[in-house]
Amino acid sequence: MKIDTSSPPERAARKTGDFASALQLTTDHDLCPGCGEPVALRALLDAVESLGLAQRAIGVVGIGCYTALTSLIDLDLVQALHGRAPSVATGAKRMRPDTLLFTLQGDGDMVNEGLQEVIHTAARGENLTCVLLNNGVFGETGGHMTATTVLGQRTKNSLEGRDASYHGHPILIGDLLARLGGTGYVARGSVHDAAGVARTRRYFERAFESQMRGEGFSFVEVLTMCPTGWFVPTREGPGYLDEVLGSVHVTGELKVDGRLVGA
Amino acid sequence: MTAPLSPAATVSRGTVVIAVDRCKGCELCVPACPPAVLSMSSQHNAIGFAYPELAPGCTGCGACLLVCPDFCFEVHRFEEPEPGPPPEDPACAP
Repeated sequence: MKIDTSSPPERAARKTGDFASALQLTTDHDLCPGCGEPVALRALLDAVESLGLAQRAIGVVGIGCYTALTSLIDLDLVQALHGRAPSVATGAKRMRPDTLLFTLQGDGDMVNEGLQEVIHTAARGENLTCVLLNNGVFGETGGHMTATTVLGQRTKNSLEGRDASYHGHPILIGDLLARLGGTGYVARGSVHDAAGVARTRRYFERAFESQMRGEGFSFVEVLTMCPTGWFVPTREGPGYLDEVLGSVHVTGELKVDGRLVGA
Repeated sequence: MTAPLSPAATVSRGTVVIAVDRCKGCELCVPACPPAVLSMSSQHNAIGFAYPELAPGCTGCGACLLVCPDFCFEVHRFEEPEPGPPPEDPACAP
């Protein structure tokens, strides 16, 4: 038996979840089926909304598939050159210290093109939040290897899987940044299932709260599905993320209140 | 495909509105649904993709909404649970 889901129920009910975040201008986008980036974006926007910071928020967006999502976002945004978002955000935050400043970057943008930008920004303890959408591939180019691609991961230019002896080792950027003295909060979430999405939203909230308390650099990495770039069916994307990327880029909070978790 | 539901599981505590024409058929909502009441259609929408269909038993938990990359779900919780349809008696089947 199928239920009519074309319109709200006639039976007495309350709406507990809207199609989109209150900070979305539209629901339409051209990203691939099964992409994790719109899911992560919604978690970010819901976090900004829940903290009541929408009017004070400025986002600095890098270059990647997610750049196409900027038409959805009802916040002030700046478009940065490839990899340079942390430096643009540094300038904006220093001129407007009362704002919530975040970057939105992919692994190709942050960890390949702009690795020094994010490391220096973190080490300086700039009071802003960098957000990394990490799927281990350059999604926009069609799935090429990035610096975060895990060993054994199949990409367009590592068809037999990433080989350490030939391609080198992945950079675990969250773990690296957590070790720097300038960082106050570092967490790595995932959008491969509903619990992971809910946790990721909490990480965004904690990072933004940390920034508003002036605790220095905060960082939220989100593992996102890229079934197109991984050459897997969309339905297998979450499992692939959890098994392949999630076993190396381990999720959880890495640094809270300026202290390494578990240290 | 979804597991067969017990009669008790077909009580609906909520429901969803599905924006069928936006769906790109990724199927992420199907395994994400805890009571397993979403399954993919045999029909295709205006842009050529199969889309999720709802069977009785929704709890209104919102897991589908959380995982959907195309913002296709709106979630409603009923004030009072809706009893499920009576179980079909195999003896009465045509």
